Amino acid sequence: MSELLAREPAGIRVEGVDLSYGATRVLKDVNLEIRPGEFFAFLGPSGCGKTTLLRLIAGFNAAQRGRVLVGGKDVSALPPWKRDVGMVFQSYALWPHMTVRRNVAFGLEERRLPRAEIATRVEAALRLVGLDGMGDRRPAQLSGGQQQRVALARTVAVRPQVLLLDEPLSNLDARLRVQVRRELRDLQQSLRLTTVFVTHDQEEANTVCDRIAVMNEGAVQQVGTPMELYDHPANLFVAGFLGTANIVPGTVLREGGAAAFEVAGGTRIPLPPGLAVPEGARLMFRPQDVSLLPPGSDPAGRRLIEGEVAHREFLGASMRYGVRVGGAEVLVDVPHTGGEGHLQVGGRAALALDATRVKLLAG
Amino acid sequence: MSDTPAGTLGVAAPASPGMRRFLPSRPGEAVAFALVALFLLAFLVVPVLTVVTVAFQDRATGGFTLAHFGDFLSNDLFTTSFLNSLYVSLMSVVVASLIALPLAYFTTRFEFRGAILVQTLGVLPLIMPPFAGAVAMGLLFGRSGTVNLLLGDLFDINIPFMEGLNGVIFVQSVHYFPFILLNLVASLKNIDRAMEESAQNLGAHGFRLFRRIVLPLAMPGYVAGASLVFIKVFDDLATPLLLNVREMLAPQAYLRITSVGLEDPIGYVISVVLILFSVLSLWVSSLALRGKDYATVQRGGGGLARRRMSRGQAVAAYAVIFLILALVLAPHLGLLLLSLATVWSFAPLPDGYTIAHYARVFAESSQYITNTLIYAGLAGLIDVVLGTTIALLVLRGRIAGARWLDYLAMSALAVPGLVLGIGYLRTFFGVTLPDGRSLASFWGIIVLALAVRRLPYALRACTAALQQVSASLEEAAENLGARRLRVIRRIVLPLMAGGLAAGFITSFATAAVELSATLMLVQSSGDAPLAYGLYVFMQSPAGRGAGAALGIIAVVIVGVSTLLSHLVAERGGGRKSP
Repeated sequence: MSELLAREPAGIRVEGVDLSYGATRVLKDVNLEIRPGEFFAFLGPSGCGKTTLLRLIAGFNAAQRGRVLVGGKDVSALPPWKRDVGMVFQSYALWPHMTVRRNVAFGLEERRLPRAEIATRVEAALRLVGLDGMGDRRPAQLSGGQQQRVALARTVAVRPQVLLLDEPLSNLDARLRVQVRRELRDLQQSLRLTTVFVTHDQEEANTVCDRIAVMNEGAVQQVGTPMELYDHPANLFVAGFLGTANIVPGTVLREGGAAAFEVAGGTRIPLPPGLAVPEGARLMFRPQDVSLLPPGSDPAGRRLIEGEVAHREFLGASMRYGVRVGGAEVLVDVPHTGGEGHLQVGGRAALALDATRVKLLAG
Repeated sequence: MSDTPAGTLGVAAPASPGMRRFLPSRPGEAVAFALVALFLLAFLVVPVLTVVTVAFQDRATGGFTLAHFGDFLSNDLFTTSFLNSLYVSLMSVVVASLIALPLAYFTTRFEFRGAILVQTLGVLPLIMPPFAGAVAMGLLFGRSGTVNLLLGDLFDINIPFMEGLNGVIFVQSVHYFPFILLNLVASLKNIDRAMEESAQNLGAHGFRLFRRIVLPLAMPGYVAGASLVFIKVFDDLATPLLLNVREMLAPQAYLRITSVGLEDPIGYVISVVLILFSVLSLWVSSLALRGKDYATVQRGGGGLARRRMSRGQAVAAYAVIFLILALVLAPHLGLLLLSLATVWSFAPLPDGYTIAHYARVFAESSQYITNTLIYAGLAGLIDVVLGTTIALLVLRGRIAGARWLDYLAMSALAVPGLVLGIGYLRTFFGVTLPDGRSLASFWGIIVLALAVRRLPYALRACTAALQQVSASLEEAAENLGARRLRVIRRIVLPLMAGGLAAGFITSFATAAVELSATLMLVQSSGDAPLAYGLYVFMQSPAGRGAGAALGIIAVVIVGVSTLLSHLVAERGGGRKSP
C-alpha cells in the first residue's frame, strides 16, 4: 500500500474556461477550486458539460479560453501523456490484447521504471483492489466489477497527482454500485488522493463526495457540500436536481411588515421575515417540509392551506401525495408506519407548511 | 406478449432437441436436405476427392503412392514454380499492405476530406478482374510502356515494374489491396477511442502508442485481409498466364493438364498443394480472429480520435493518395485507351483512336457476352436457391445434420477454381449425355462450377437475410392456419427478398469475370464466356484492342451490378422485421 501513497496531495484550479465545438458552447466561463485530498463531484444531467470538463483536465480537450492548474502548475499547454493526471474511463478501456498484469504495468513501463519496482507496484495495486492472483487473466475473463477494479489499479499504480473518474459506477448493476462507491471512498481516503468523480446520479455524489459542483448547460450552478446544496440551493435547477422539490409559481405580496406568497388561484402562504426575494422568484420547499392533515384540524402556529388530493404513490417508507392547491400541485411525503389510514384520491386535505423551510428561488 | 411464459416456450421449442419428437414431421424438409446434399456431393465433394485421390494413386496398380509428390519435388521446374508462387503471394501481400496502410491510417486518424475518395478507391479495383487490366498495365508500366518511356526521356532510367514476377506482383497488389484496406479500416474504426486515450493518460504517445495499443488491436482485421490476398494470388491462374509468366504453380497445373493430358498426375499434385495452402491461410485467418473480437465500441467510443492535419501533413497525405489513385486507375484507364486505340506500342499514348474494336466484338463475338449473361445469371439463381434452402434448413429446420450442409457449402472457399475445373474434367469426362457427348464438354458444367465457387458468398447473404426475419412472424402465420410451404412462400421469401437480390447480384457479378475454372472447362469458343474471350483475344497483339473492348464491357457489367446490389441493399434496409 505504501508503494501507492500519493505524494503531496495536489489541488486543481479551473480558471475562466470557455470551450465550444463549432457553434455549440459546451463550457461557459467555468471557475472551480478543488482542494488537495478532496473527493469532488461534477454532477449534472447528460450534456451538461461535466465529462467535457473532466476530459479538459486530463488534456483530451482544448479550451478556447481559460486555463487549468494541477498542483499549482498550469497544464493547459501539456499533452495528455505529460499531465500526470490519472483517469478511469467509463468503459474502463482495458486493452483486450494484454493480461491484467500487463494492463496495470503499462503506465509504469511508459515511465521507464526499473523492472523490480514495476513488479512490486503492480502487485501492490492489484492487492489494493482485491485482485491479487488475477494478474494472468485477460480482461474478457473478468466480470464488469473486476474490470473496473483493474482500470482503477492501472491508474493508481502510476501514483498520479489527481484521480479522475468518469461515471465509474454506470456500467455496474444496482447492488454492486452501492458496494463499489463505498470502496471508492475508502480507497480515496487511504491513498489521500485528490479525486474528481463525474456522475449524473445525485445519490452517488451525495454519498461519496466531500463537495459537489452542480452543472447545467455548460455552466457551474453551485459548489458546496451535499448538505449545503440540498438545504440551500442557489437556484431552481439545483433545487430540482438534488432531491424532490416543490416549485410553486406565484407573486410576492407585501402587507405592512410581513410578506406573503400568493399562488395562482388566490391561496396565500406567509413568508418568514427577512427572506431574500429575487426577481421572478418561485416558492420552493421539500415534500417532507409539509404535513398533511385531514380537513378541519388546526395545529397551533401553522397556517393551513386547503387542497384536493390528485394522486398518490406508495414509496415504501412514505406515501407521496400530489395535492392540487389553486393552480399548482404540491408533493407531500407522509411517513408510513403501517396500518394507518390514508387519504383517498379526490378527497380534501389541509397542508401544514413549515414556513421557516421555504425558499424563494429564481430560475 | 413475448415475455409471457407461453410465448417464450413457443419461440424456443423448435430449437430444443427435447421438443423435437413431439412436433409433426416435415417430409418436404427431408427431401430438400437430400437434394442439397446430393448436389454438394456430386459437384463439390466428389470432384475434389477425385483430384486428391489421383494425386496419391499409382497409375498402374491403383494403390496409394507418394511417387507423384516425389516427382514434383525432384523436378526443378516445379520446385521453382512453387517458390515463385510463394514469393509472388507474399510480396503481393507486402505491396498491397504498403498501399493499404497509409490509406487506412489517413482516413481513420485524421479529419480528412479525402475519406470519400479513399472509400471509392477501396471498391474500384474490385469491379475489374485482375487479368483484364494485366495487358493494359504492361502497356503503361512495361519496359517500353508509357511510364518508362517518360522516365527514360526525363531521367534516362527504366524501372522493371512488369518484368517477370514483378509484373504479377504489381498487377495483383494493385487489384487486391482493397481486401486489406477494407478490413483494416473496419478494425481501426471499431477500436474504442478510450483505448487510445487511456494509454495517453498513462504516458504513452506517438509511435509507442501506435505499436503497443493501436497496431495490436487492428491486427486481427489486418491478418484476415492479408491472408485473403495471399490465397487469391496463390490460386490465381489467369493473371500470370496473361502476363506470360509460366513458372508458377497454377499455370503449371493448367499447362500440364491441357498439353500433357488429363492422365498426367503433376496437375493433381499441384492441386493438392493449392488446396493445402488455401486451408492453411483460412486457418491462419480464423486463428487471428478467434476470441479476438476487439470490437470494443461502447458509449462514447467510436474509432480513434481524429486529429487535424497541419498544412504540410495535408499536402503529403494528398500526394500519397493521388499517387495511389493514379495506380489504381491505371489498369482501367489503360484498358479504356487500349480498347479505343488504333495502334499502341513504343509510345506513351496510342497513335490514333477508333471504335472499331467494339464493333468487331459485337459483330463477331457477341456470343461471349450473351454466354456470360446466361452463365452468370444461372449460377446466381442456383446459388440463391441453394443458399435459401440451406439457410432455412439450418435456422428453421429440424434435421440435426443441416449444419453440415452449411459447413460443406462454405468449404468451397478453400477450393481454388483451377482445382474445381480439373476435378470436373476428371470426374465427368466419362459421364455421357443422351446426345452422346461427354458431360465434361457440356456448357452447363461451367454454370455448375461457377455456382459452386460463388455459393459461400450467396449462402452468407441468404443466411443474413433469414436471420432478420423473426421466427415469430412465421409462427403467427402457422397459428393462423398456413402450411409450411405456404408460410415460406408468403411470409419468409418476401421478407428475405432484398437480401436474396443482393446475394444474387454478388454471385452474378463475380461469376461474370471468373476465369480459373472456366479456362479448364471451356471446350469450344462458341460456349465460352466473356472472360475466356478476353483471354483468347489478348493472346495475340492483333486481338488486344478487341480484348480490351471486352474487358471494358466486363467492367461495365460488374460495375452496374455492384451499383444495383448497393441500391437493393439500401432499399432492403427499410424492411427489417421489428
